[in-house]
Amino acid sequence: MALPQAALAKSILSADDVKRIVDRIAHQILEKTQGAADTVLFGIPTRGVPLARRLADRIRTFEGIDVPVGVLDITLYRDDLRSQAPRAVGPTEVPPAGVDGRRVILVDDVLFSGRTVRAALDALGDLGRPRSVQLAVLVDRGHRELPIRADYVGKNIPTALSESVKVALEETDGADEVKLYGSSTL
Amino acid sequence: MKHLLSATDLDASTATLVLDTAAEMATLAGREVKKLPTLRGRTVVNLFYEDSTRTRISFEAAAKRLSADVINFSAKGSSVSKGESLKDTALTLQAMGADAVVIRHPASGAPHRLSTWVAGSVVNAGDGTHEHPTQALLDAYTMRSRLGRLAGLSVAIVGDVLHSRVARSNVHLLATLGAKVTLVGPPTLIPPDLRTEVSYDLDAVLPDADVVMMLRVQRERMAASYFPSAREYARRYGLDGPRMRRLPDHAIVMHPGPMNRGMEIAPEVADSARSTIVEQVANGVSVRMAVLYLLLGGKS
Repeated sequence: MALPQAALAKSILSADDVKRIVDRIAHQILEKTQGAADTVLFGIPTRGVPLARRLADRIRTFEGIDVPVGVLDITLYRDDLRSQAPRAVGPTEVPPAGVDGRRVILVDDVLFSGRTVRAALDALGDLGRPRSVQLAVLVDRGHRELPIRADYVGKNIPTALSESVKVALEETDGADEVKLYGSSTL
Repeated sequence: MKHLLSATDLDASTATLVLDTAAEMATLAGREVKKLPTLRGRTVVNLFYEDSTRTRISFEAAAKRLSADVINFSAKGSSVSKGESLKDTALTLQAMGADAVVIRHPASGAPHRLSTWVAGSVVNAGDGTHEHPTQALLDAYTMRSRLGRLAGLSVAIVGDVLHSRVARSNVHLLATLGAKVTLVGPPTLIPPDLRTEVSYDLDAVLPDADVVMMLRVQRERMAASYFPSAREYARRYGLDGPRMRRLPDHAIVMHPGPMNRGMEIAPEVADSARSTIVEQVANGVSVRMAVLYLLLGGKS
């Protein structure tokens, strides 16, 4: 995402904070799903994918359970395709066990309007029929435009619509950090 | 990209984007729901002035899998047989709100002309002896998925290159993507204007070929004395079992269809493990989905 040079950046979560949050969500998933049986994690590209892999890794460390991780590309299900040039389609990877009858946990970095999650639910429905679907996000910044909520939230960050939240992860950006960029009008 | 009229419209990065997108579209074939909502509410018109089975069905399947509405228009039994011109037909389609027109026409250049009359995207599905760009894309896709790469491949295109829009599009696209193309056939059927290597001896080309693409011999050409007899053609330029065994172990045999078994390709070759003929048809749907998505999926 291109951001204006003049935008004020404020660090909200440090690398240590992100690590603690991922650990906590992994514990919460284990608690809420009573051991994560029949559970599949689906990362939403780009940054939901490494987050889903980290959660699976943490769950393996804590309880020795292997939770399959998939990738769910939502490009072809977006509702804003016509507002810009065609986007490149990324890979969707479904674990061999599939999604039928399983508890699917969607993983993304930021929950904002809810439109990405709406597209993900549509994409998931074309892959099969999960028993239930939950949502885990690192940051919930509010301003929902659809009736969607997260089951696992790393941090609630109240924002203004003019602000933007940028999540950086080691796998995609070199280091973990979450920053809030103020609007240039401030 | 607004239209796809010629393989020369595609630079290397755009062509690679089409192939990569097609690879994602191909995963749909293994899914429970073989449909995407991407082009919901968009209208694709198949405008066919020439007989075609596989290309028309392939475009129709591609558009339907992306949830577009499809209107099939074939010149036979339409107002064209009453003398309506291409322009008037185009204006009619325009009035019906076609977002894309897929056109096959016996006249070279007809898609280009059409693109100046309609507001939507135009896709060339074969025009005269000019071009057939989606066939070249699906051939490139097939080569890449079988052999893992395109750059540096040796591709022999064998047969009636002069009248082949498939060959013409392949020469352009493969050059863009870094493959080395050799045209093989009788001198009467090799056009002088394509800037690529030429050989009149199939046996000399085979040992170094990674891909052999056989073109259909159009029987009506025989009457026009392009070559003396079908038997002589088959003996010199037909791909039979003994010739196939002279290819390197990894080499593949392609044919755009419809094929004349026993003429340019022996049944033993067409049905061998090297043959990609059936794969080409399946890949055609994925590649056309990619093209329709990239033309219609974004802001128009």
